[in-house]
Amino acid sequence: MSPLDRKLFRDLWRIKGQAMAIGAVIAVGVLLLVMMSGLITSLEETRRAYYERYRLADIFAPVKRAPQHLLAELAAIPGVSTVEGRITGHALIDLPGLEIPLRAQAISIPEFHTPRLNDFYLSAGRAPARERLDEVMLLKGFADAHGLQPGEPLDVTMNGARHTLRIVGLAQAPEFLYTTAPGELMSDDARYAVIWMSTQSLAAAYDLDGAFNEALLSIGRDGQTRRVIDAVDRLLDPYGGFGAYCLEDHTSNRFVTEEIAGLRATGAAVPPIFLAVAAFLLYIVVSRMVEAERGQIGLIKAFGYTNLETGIHYFKLILAIAAGGAIVGCLLGILAGRALVDVYLLYFKFPFLIFQLEPGSFITGFTVSVGAASAGGLLVLRRVFSLTPASAMQPPAPPHYKPLGKLARSIQSTLDQPSRMVVRRLTRQPGRMAGAVAGIAAGMGLSVAMVGIMSGFNQAIDLTFNVVDQSDVSVTFNEPLSTTNVTNLGNIAGVVDVQPIRYVSAVLQYGRARHLGAISGLPPDPRLYRAVDRSMNTIHLQPGGVILAEPLANILNVRAGDVLTIAVREGRRPTLEIPVAGIAQTLLGAPAYMDMESLNRALGEPNRMSGAYLRIDSAQQNTVYSTLKDMPTVAGVSLKQDAKGALQEQMDEGAGSMRYIMLAVAGIITFGIVYNAARIAYAERARDLASLRVIGFSRNEVAFVLLGELAVVTLIALPVGSVLGYHLSFAVAAGFSTDLYQIPAQVPAAGYGAAALAVLSAATLSGWLVKRDIDTGDITSALKARE
Amino acid sequence: MCQTGNNGPLKAFTTRALTKVYGEGAAQVHALRGVDVEIPAGELVVLLGPSGSGKSTLLNILGGLDRASDGDVMFQEQNLSTMTDAQLTRYRRDHVGFVFQFYNLMPSLTAYENIELVTEIAASPMNPADALELVGLGKRGDSFPSQLSGGEQQRVAIARAVAKQPNVLFCDEPTGALDSTTGRAVLQVLKNVNEALGATVLIVTHAAATAAMADRVIYFADGQIREVRVNSNKRDPQDIEW
Ligand SMILES: Nc1ncnc2c1ncn2[C@@H]1O[C@H](COP(=O)(O)OP(=O)(O)OP(=O)(O)O)[C@@H](O)[C@H]1O
Ligand SMILES: [Mg+2]
Repeated sequence: MSPLDRKLFRDLWRIKGQAMAIGAVIAVGVLLLVMMSGLITSLEETRRAYYERYRLADIFAPVKRAPQHLLAELAAIPGVSTVEGRITGHALIDLPGLEIPLRAQAISIPEFHTPRLNDFYLSAGRAPARERLDEVMLLKGFADAHGLQPGEPLDVTMNGARHTLRIVGLAQAPEFLYTTAPGELMSDDARYAVIWMSTQSLAAAYDLDGAFNEALLSIGRDGQTRRVIDAVDRLLDPYGGFGAYCLEDHTSNRFVTEEIAGLRATGAAVPPIFLAVAAFLLYIVVSRMVEAERGQIGLIKAFGYTNLETGIHYFKLILAIAAGGAIVGCLLGILAGRALVDVYLLYFKFPFLIFQLEPGSFITGFTVSVGAASAGGLLVLRRVFSLTPASAMQPPAPPHYKPLGKLARSIQSTLDQPSRMVVRRLTRQPGRMAGAVAGIAAGMGLSVAMVGIMSGFNQAIDLTFNVVDQSDVSVTFNEPLSTTNVTNLGNIAGVVDVQPIRYVSAVLQYGRARHLGAISGLPPDPRLYRAVDRSMNTIHLQPGGVILAEPLANILNVRAGDVLTIAVREGRRPTLEIPVAGIAQTLLGAPAYMDMESLNRALGEPNRMSGAYLRIDSAQQNTVYSTLKDMPTVAGVSLKQDAKGALQEQMDEGAGSMRYIMLAVAGIITFGIVYNAARIAYAERARDLASLRVIGFSRNEVAFVLLGELAVVTLIALPVGSVLGYHLSFAVAAGFSTDLYQIPAQVPAAGYGAAALAVLSAATLSGWLVKRDIDTGDITSALKARE
Repeated sequence: MCQTGNNGPLKAFTTRALTKVYGEGAAQVHALRGVDVEIPAGELVVLLGPSGSGKSTLLNILGGLDRASDGDVMFQEQNLSTMTDAQLTRYRRDHVGFVFQFYNLMPSLTAYENIELVTEIAASPMNPADALELVGLGKRGDSFPSQLSGGEQQRVAIARAVAKQPNVLFCDEPTGALDSTTGRAVLQVLKNVNEALGATVLIVTHAAATAAMADRVIYFADGQIREVRVNSNKRDPQDIEW
């Protein structure tokens, strides 16, 4: 081995503590990148495979009642490759011990073959037998939530008739990754079920003998979805077609798509910020490390080594640290990604997993780390190379001082010698100090932004459930009811206040932008559920305008005054041309609001409501529930507490859960940066400090000179880091916001405090570690180690 | 090697109006103020002068470690002042051995490896172990600089410069930290290099007595040459008064 390589290994060993701290910072930056992209790739790949293996349809066409022979005609549509007809219907499940019946969707299983489309994955038991009309297969998520097992009975109400059935199997299906009752925003396994039964029994229950009420279609490679949908609609229209829609508009798929898109957005926005901060630190640290080698570089050059040979030697050192960190980051990223995929697997209810890595993330992580380190090293090397070996071997010339002004002199005379040394060092090398401040501030900025995000999530929940929705219970009706029922609801003992709502699903369109969503019709003076503006004031809805939630306005790319096309998908299916009257602040979902009466008028169904928000007296909640349960018109009752819990859970287990990992990473980076700053300062000053000891300064005085510098740098970094964090929080918040929820960027005062505290504790710990080295290190070896 | 235009022996170095100015403005230091000197090849030259007079500066420029502010330095036929950095590197690599005033050992390499660092890129180097033997440190090859005394470090530095068997050897106060016996031994090594290899040797020293072993003594003051004396009566290092 050449002596230079040996020097390399010994130097690495000597600075191992620091090298590890730098490596750790770069490693966690890379880890985050590799983990996130691996996670996203795996989820997308798993979803794709799941859809493909279980033959999820491309087009869903609900219809009132269509004869079987129509399926052949559907199959004949150009571009269609497979067709399956089935029966689906609304059902209610009565579970012993529950106040409210739970809503469910019943689905038929073909009699003589496995489903050609929308197959299911049997996770326990078996599928219902063809001739056994009382056998039912239950969605696994729902069964798990209620502890139901094959072999147990199940009370199901279909089309008004009550049946006692027997559970024979549990299943999962790609079309039910996310289950949500119509009209509800949040998925909750416990509150919505899917049951599969034989075609025969469902045909009997829903009076659909020899007919189907949902067609599933898959499209060949060249098929054009829109054209097929139009053809399907034309065929089904005479039989009461409700309008075919494609997989993109399918609720479960849309939710999964949005969650993965949320993860992707977070993955695209946040890890690069972390990596950039890590790279910036690496740049600073490496440049200072090489700077400290200036004398040795001069010496190597004095012996006649060329710039290239010398440069390669230092490049190896840089590469060892940066690439080492990046490789560790990649490995840990793979492990972390692998572990997280399992977590998400449960969350998304995929029955199997395809783990796949994203090669691009390795390349990016590696290139950024090595690039930043090399840039830091190269810059210094170039400067040192431009010096003659003789001057490189000289310690850098101290800068010139202007004679001190009167004020400065009188200030300085009040300081003792060690304090003066701190001040002098800080003022003499402002560039170096600025680098240290910038590094610590960048770390703190990350922490501030992440702490801010934590409270942003809470704010999102608070705004949704305390400001926008001030009810306790929401009720959904089987069919729109007359608003005269508001009085009936108000008369229930324990109900304090009632607010009706009209809710229709609709396609909103502006230009080429299109969104399948819903319109909420609210009364002019909403009290329990309202639209709010930026200052949290109620928006009073006026006839002739629609209010869009901010994210929806962004999706459609509209501003107040633009005229929107709204195709309502219920009732007479009117198409409205209506101007956007304003933008509402919302942090959950992407709702659109209209004045209830004008919405009803447009539908040609005056004075109708599809549900109501209630405020109740908590002392009488049980009587309220049982009264609602006995009302035949009530399809579902949902408690705000449950919905809030479901949202909280979704944010903690879905894309939002990433924030916990990122907070930890921000902490590691912050500590790594502060520790490095302390170590570098010590390395640069070891000799001076030893000289101080020689001329009679005590250990504590010497430590003061070094730690005083660190303290001043840290204190300056705090305000800088706060400002940086404030700005970073917007980028991070945008990265965490999805179409499902928006995270506001508002760092509370306590957030700055917490981040400052983290930096200060990191500084204290680093200071203590370095002080320990000062105390144990002997004076002479530092003095002797003269190059 | 061919003769230069002048008659007389071949010159290793010739300088013309060599000046060196450090710094700018009010802080300017004129380290060399017009140095004209000729150093014949193969001689052992001693440079004497008070502290701060510019001795190290001259040595650095002759050794290709620094550049003059003005004037010319000729090494044999080549003008060092007009060389590119790469050419200067080549020059140092191929011809120059240097013992620095401050010993300048690599702290993370052992004594042996410090020598190896130089021999590795030299054309016809000695075995590093032999070089250590020459300075009486045959058994200390595995020691790190921090485990050596000041004098021992200085000797390692000398062994390192000698080991590459250079054409020109510059020694900036090579015996400053040595007792008389070791000092003499080191000077003997330098004399051997001078005689056996025919290397030109330049020694900067404060010990005026060292002048007795030189072919030529240059007296330096205030950045200028005061006097050059050719020593017709060379003495062996062993006989030098310390
Ligand atoms: N890098 C530098 N920057 C500014 N001034 C310098 C530098 N190097 C040397 N000097 C100045 O140039 C002058 C000559 O310095 P030099 O080191 O050549 O002296 P010297 O004769 O070797 O002294 P000594 O015997 O003490 O080693 C001195 O006044 C010194 O202060
Ligand atoms: Mg000198």
